[in-house]
Amino acid sequence: MTAILALGAILILILLAGFGSQVAGLQVVFGVAVPYAAIALFLGGLVFKVMSWARTPVPFRIPTTCGQQKTLDWIPSARFDNPHTTLGVIGRMALEVLFFRSLFRNTKVDIRPGGRIIHTPAKWLWAAALAFHYSFLVIFIRHLRFFTEPVPGFVKAIQSVDSFFEIGVPSIFLTSFLLLGALGFLLLRRLVSPQLRYISLANDYFPLFLLIAIGTTGVLMRHFQKTDIETIKAVAMGILSFSPVTAGGGALFTIHFFLVCVLFAVFPYSKLMHMAGVFMSPTRNMANTNRAKRHINPWNHPVAFRTYEEYEDDFRDKMKAAGIPVEKE
Amino acid sequence: MASRDTGRIVVGLVIFLVLASFPVWFSATQGRSDYRPELEYPAGETKCVESKEYMRTWHMDLLNQWRDSVVRKGVRTYTSDAHHTDYDMSLQNTCMKCHTNKANFCDRCHDYVGVSPKCWECHVEPRGAE
Ligand code: HEC
Ligand code: HEC
Ligand code: HEC
Ligand code: HEM
Repeated sequence: MTAILALGAILILILLAGFGSQVAGLQVVFGVAVPYAAIALFLGGLVFKVMSWARTPVPFRIPTTCGQQKTLDWIPSARFDNPHTTLGVIGRMALEVLFFRSLFRNTKVDIRPGGRIIHTPAKWLWAAALAFHYSFLVIFIRHLRFFTEPVPGFVKAIQSVDSFFEIGVPSIFLTSFLLLGALGFLLLRRLVSPQLRYISLANDYFPLFLLIAIGTTGVLMRHFQKTDIETIKAVAMGILSFSPVTAGGGALFTIHFFLVCVLFAVFPYSKLMHMAGVFMSPTRNMANTNRAKRHINPWNHPVAFRTYEEYEDDFRDKMKAAGIPVEKE
Repeated sequence: MASRDTGRIVVGLVIFLVLASFPVWFSATQGRSDYRPELEYPAGETKCVESKEYMRTWHMDLLNQWRDSVVRKGVRTYTSDAHHTDYDMSLQNTCMKCHTNKANFCDRCHDYVGVSPKCWECHVEPRGAE
């Protein structure tokens, strides 16, 4: 049901852009108003969200770790799993961000005949997530050819690696299809498994359908229903140089572009914010120095202590009189 | 209440914003954000193989069809849909006979959109640019 809801929302957005592109007066909306609104919502929302997280106090170190903590010198400690230095934390974070290390630890629980419970490694989610994210990154960088003039060398280099096999004219980009394949798997994963279907929300399906629609319209534009790229680049450059031109570009391009705008507009307000959030996960970004250093809660109230020595000084005579042993005679 | 990491987080945000605005400041510093390629059209010709709009979007596909037709089927004559003229299906002998200045036509547009067709590794460029 939630999946159908999300799919319905995407279809409405597609129809909106598809028909909207045919109405001449709406070109200003889809070519100027929507992209600027999306950029504002994206950047504004992202900064606001991150700053609100930054203001959230994190008083204690949370050492959710998977390895030996730093202790006596002759006991080897897990430097990345349980880091006690900033460098170690940077290493752990880099492994997390670049290779999705905690996802790699994903396991699956099975009940074998006879009631025996076993845990088996489950790497498909990790593999598909990695394939999707890297394809997205490559596509994102390749798309810079529409937004930069002159096109920087690294964009061309990535493009020629990605079209290495030179299949077809224009040649196919491997990442376009890797992206769609990985997204297909990530969607099926949620739809097929009853447990996952049960916990999946519309917020989980929406980005998947959205990205699948963006990728599909992109592939259609490149290989099946061509668009005038030179004009599209002029449109894109116009937006980023704050002198927008409304030149259209066809229904398919309007859909592709509108869905991308929606993606960026909803980004900070959806689960996609894990892009920034991963850097702020307390279980990943804090060195485990709980025992090595004394950590004082920054907002502790100043408490007037009274030590036992002071107490004894005050009451020594009375204590002695009552026969209570004292430390100082 | 500011936590002790607020400073570092702000630094991270600033780095992100600088990276995210790369296309804006890159194009602005190159001073070419309003550049559009100026194409040099063949002198004395008025019509392309197909309509101008069609050529802008579909010329790579047309070339691909031509190649398949010549190399696989041996059919070398193409009749334009737009004005029913017959053309020899050839990259060098048809397209480049009119568009003699590759550098100021094909390349200008291709540089702008960041494509570099590999055709000229085998096919011969016209010498019009020299
Ligand atoms: C108005 C701009 C423009 C002009 C002029 C132009 N092209 Fe293109 N050409 C393009 C665009 C844009 C693409 C890439 C399309 C894509 O990425 O889907 C392209 C792609 C191609 C491709 C496919 C390359 C590939 O591997 O993707 C070939 C071949 C090609 N052009 C040949 C030519 C030739 C030959 C000429 C000159 C006679 C020419 N073009 C003039 C815009 C132009
Ligand atoms: C008979 C000469 C002639 C031939 C042959 C020819 N062209 Fe053209 N081409 C022209 C002219 C003239 C124009 C400008 C058309 C106009 O302004 O309406 C043009 C326009 C174009 C454009 C659009 C440029 C723009 O303004 O955006 C492209 C792309 C193009 N040609 C590619 C090709 C390709 C590829 C071939 C071979 C398949 C080819 N041409 C064959 C004469 C020719
Ligand atoms: C590996 C070398 C090679 C490359 C690269 C290459 N071709 Fe060809 N092409 C050939 C050969 C060989 C023929 C056959 C020539 C003949 O039979 O007349 C041919 C024929 C053609 C023909 C029909 C005949 C003619 O005279 O043009 C077209 C059109 C064509 N190629 C277009 C292209 C385009 C467009 C590209 C770039 C995307 C390209 N070719 C890249 C080798 C190549
Ligand atoms: C989240 C951002 C985006 C994603 C995931 C995405 C995805 C894709 C994919 C998968 C393709 C297929 C071909 C390829 O890989 O290059 C494509 C093509 C295309 N995209 Fe995007 N896109 C995005 C943003 C944009 C934007 C902002 C524009 C506006 C300029 C745009 C314009 C195009 C065009 C014109 C094509 C056709 C390219 C060609 O024919 O070579 N895309 N897109």
